[in-house]
Amino acid sequence: MNYGIVSQEQLEQIDVILSDKLIKLGVDCVIIIDMAGNIITAKDNGESKYDVYSFAALAAGNFATVDAMAKLVGEQEFSLLFHKGQESNIHFSKIDDELLLISMFGQDISLGFLRLNVVDVVEKIRKIWEKE
Amino acid sequence: MSFINLKEKVVQVKIVYYGPGRGGKTTNLEFVNRTYRKQILSEMVSLKTHGDRTLFFDFLPFDMGKIKGYDIKIQLYTVPGQVKYNATRKLVLRGVDGIVFVADAMEKQREKNIRSLNQLHENLQSYKESIFKIPLVMQYNKVDLKEHGIPVLPLSVLQNDLNSRLKVPYLEASAITGYNVAATLKKIISSSVISIQKKLL
Ligand SMILES: Nc1nc2c(ncn2[C@@H]2O[C@H](COP(=O)(O)OP(=O)(O)OP(=O)(O)O)[C@@H](O)[C@H]2O)c(=O)[nH]1
Ligand SMILES: [Mg+2]
Repeated sequence: MNYGIVSQEQLEQIDVILSDKLIKLGVDCVIIIDMAGNIITAKDNGESKYDVYSFAALAAGNFATVDAMAKLVGEQEFSLLFHKGQESNIHFSKIDDELLLISMFGQDISLGFLRLNVVDVVEKIRKIWEKE
Repeated sequence: MSFINLKEKVVQVKIVYYGPGRGGKTTNLEFVNRTYRKQILSEMVSLKTHGDRTLFFDFLPFDMGKIKGYDIKIQLYTVPGQVKYNATRKLVLRGVDGIVFVADAMEKQREKNIRSLNQLHENLQSYKESIFKIPLVMQYNKVDLKEHGIPVLPLSVLQNDLNSRLKVPYLEASAITGYNVAATLKKIISSSVISIQKKLL
């Protein structure tokens, strides 16, 4: 992929995967961002109203901070990045060196179940990039 | 790196305000936030200490409207200027498209400006970017202090210290009164958009 530009076709394929694999399971909102804090795409269940631009900027900062901390203690990376709240949770997953997948979900989905599906989604998205 | 969405025809442009601590970076964004409410998509996010110093960054998304059919979304960031925060400064610079260097025109800040600019040069190199190539605008801030009898560096000295090799556009400004804040923003947006267009061709 020519990084920085995503084709209409790629985005449509990704949006279908996000809808089928995550939103239909009950995930409230899924966002793909790059490490600079740009939004690649965002999908939600039609109910959640997050300010996705601010969210992306903060999420990229948060991920970069945790990543830098991992390196300071001699880890390649911390593989699980998860914030748990009373009603909503946020899960981060690295797609590749430039892209992050972020899922926001409530208490009706377990973390284990979400992670299984996220792994699947990430693999499928990687394949779409590879095709370029 | 700007991010371009061909499906929705959106271009996201990341602009970072960089410069020494207390130079007025956050004040620039606050002025933009107050003055252009209609073009601002959401609340300004400020990650700061109790003393109002920037801890990680300020973030302000700014809608430019359309250029050649593309919706231009500008993301304004500031870095924390305090010397000890270089690790976070570097993180904020990731993927930057354009930089405003906010220098503090107060006479006693002369050395700090130079040091900050040198560090910007190094930080960009760590991302394989060059300070000589990236869109950059110099802002000499706090010129209002002259009227209050506080010694301010003459333009010729600032230019010689900071812009003799770079030769980028420069403006005297006062972020607190808003003088040349919008002009600075317009200048960096147009340089950044032109540079992105060139990369696309
Ligand atoms: N007189 C005058 N004061 C200014 C001007 N711009 C900023 N200040 C003041 O300078 C101080 C620091 O301004 P900030 O905008 O917080 O500076 P900063 O560059 O964001 O500082 P850090 O977050 O520590 O990097 C504040 O008290 C501002 O009110 C200006 O144009 N004129
Ligand atoms: Mg600040």
